[in-house]
Amino acid sequence: MVRYYLSGNEAIVEGAIRAGCRYYAGYPITPSTEIMERISVRFNEIGGVFMQMEDEIASICSVIGASWAGAKAMTATSGPGFSLMQEGIGYAAMTETPIVVVDVQRAGPSTGQATRVASGDIMQAKWGSSGDYQVIAVSPWSVQEAYEQTINAFNLAEKYRVPVLLLTEEAIGHLRERVDVVKDIEIFNRRKKPGAAPFGSEERDGVPPMPTFGEGAKVLVTGSTHDSYGFRKTDDPLVQDRLVSRLNEKIINNREKIIDYEDYYLEDATVVVISYGITARSSLFAIEALRAEERKIGMLRLKTLWPFPDSLKRNIGARANVLFVPEMNKGQVAGEVRKYVSCPVVTFTQTNGEVIYPDAIIEQLRRYL
Amino acid sequence: MPRDMQQYLRPGLTSTPFCPGCGHGILMGLILRAIHQLELNMDEMLFVSGIGCAAWIPSPHFNADTLHTLHGRAIPAATGAKMFNPKLRVVVVGGDGDLADIGGNHLIHAARRSMDLTVICASNMVYGMTGGQVSSTTSVGAFTQTTTQGNPYQSLNLCKLVIAAGATYAARHSVTEPFALIASIKKALQINGFCFIEVLSPCPTQFGRHNQLDTPVAMIKNLMETCITKKKAKKLSPEELKGKIITGEFTNGAD
Repeated sequence: MVRYYLSGNEAIVEGAIRAGCRYYAGYPITPSTEIMERISVRFNEIGGVFMQMEDEIASICSVIGASWAGAKAMTATSGPGFSLMQEGIGYAAMTETPIVVVDVQRAGPSTGQATRVASGDIMQAKWGSSGDYQVIAVSPWSVQEAYEQTINAFNLAEKYRVPVLLLTEEAIGHLRERVDVVKDIEIFNRRKKPGAAPFGSEERDGVPPMPTFGEGAKVLVTGSTHDSYGFRKTDDPLVQDRLVSRLNEKIINNREKIIDYEDYYLEDATVVVISYGITARSSLFAIEALRAEERKIGMLRLKTLWPFPDSLKRNIGARANVLFVPEMNKGQVAGEVRKYVSCPVVTFTQTNGEVIYPDAIIEQLRRYL
Repeated sequence: MPRDMQQYLRPGLTSTPFCPGCGHGILMGLILRAIHQLELNMDEMLFVSGIGCAAWIPSPHFNADTLHTLHGRAIPAATGAKMFNPKLRVVVVGGDGDLADIGGNHLIHAARRSMDLTVICASNMVYGMTGGQVSSTTSVGAFTQTTTQGNPYQSLNLCKLVIAAGATYAARHSVTEPFALIASIKKALQINGFCFIEVLSPCPTQFGRHNQLDTPVAMIKNLMETCITKKKAKKLSPEELKGKIITGEFTNGAD
């Protein structure tokens, strides 16, 4: 084990490199810029390709091109840049292109407060592009986890041939902490099978193997509705339905394998905090303070935000009297939780560009204890 | 298409989706002839296109790796593939709306970077696929669905634009100049750096019908009258050159 002292943004770079990322394209934007700065230097050392593109649209499209050329590829951005990338994310979902997109969330909407924290892009991450599609989104709560989740993001992207979004926050991106790097980390590489249909599967929720450009596979890639060999079928209802269903089901039906979470003091908790990102750290601090007063309170920390852990919520919702969701947005995850539970869901939202402090959470929680 | 061209077409395809009188089929044949004459290996070629009629020239027809991307984004996608695997010979084919309008920024920056791409812009001076709206290459005064009183804006000179941005090679030809066009495509495929060819391609369906050129023959004749080679243009006065489109090579610094 080797020990480092890194910022969240730096840890994302190291995680990406460890996962095998060798292509990065991006456009400077606060508070994600340190990612492109560090990776441009690190790629000089290890032999990756770094491109500073003319905008975020070009960045994500070049990442998609590189992925088809065989690269594990990543881009990173923030707020408005993430909005510009949405069409590319939809294209990557439709063409089943494994890519990793990092969104270091900042206070919005629009330009907002570029240097301040928020987690206002949770819904944009899921619904930002047109049509029905699925992405995977993960959310780290520490620099250590920024490193680990980046590796996880690449593994999931390659395994499910899907864009994976690392939804972190300014506070994690700029936080400096210890990172322990272990030797044995599972790295997943995309499955290849020469001659197999690159866009079809016999199973309704199957993930097809992925060929690479330049290998003589004569791959036909299109963002239009396509059959299993990539031929455009723009007026066939059956092909459209089969493709869209598989793009969704390959993620939804595998959600138990994809979803990762942690629970704290849930055994006897009547009040359960559902939290993610940096807010979960404040939440845990608050919960431990209240536990010292023998309050029956626990926490579910979401490491995966999309696909949403619906069954998990349902189980907890059946046991708890009240669910409490503190967020640095106007209740985006709380709204999603409400879809799956019958008990009251209380939101605690803060959109002032600052992290939610434990004291504020304690104060709110006392009302329900 | 002659039999020796068949090998370059994706098996199973029997027709193109282009309208009668469209110039894109001619261009498709000329690109493949250039590849054939250079004896290039299609396994090492990648064709990238965006959205629009011209994007369908390589996808799905060409029997090589083809990446049919988002509207305007063929060049950045090509950049990513080329940068990660420089062995790929990457050709971008798109229309004027795709490459010059929505994707104009990428065109400029790829030229600036001397990105080793061959970019072929099939310019029919109109948005064909969406029903014939004005584009940045529509000539002044031309009628389209969205300029029913004549286009009030001047058109973009794409060769000048890419040369100014740093392109290594630029040329403009009409599909009515097939041999010159093949020669230019061959050059562009061989030169290292950003190579750009603007190909004037008739669209009787969406452009012609608004401009008294509604038959394929009328459009071809009009192109032959409007296009004038660089050599001939030198002998003409600015008055005589009005409304003409100059064709030929515009290599860096020469014009």
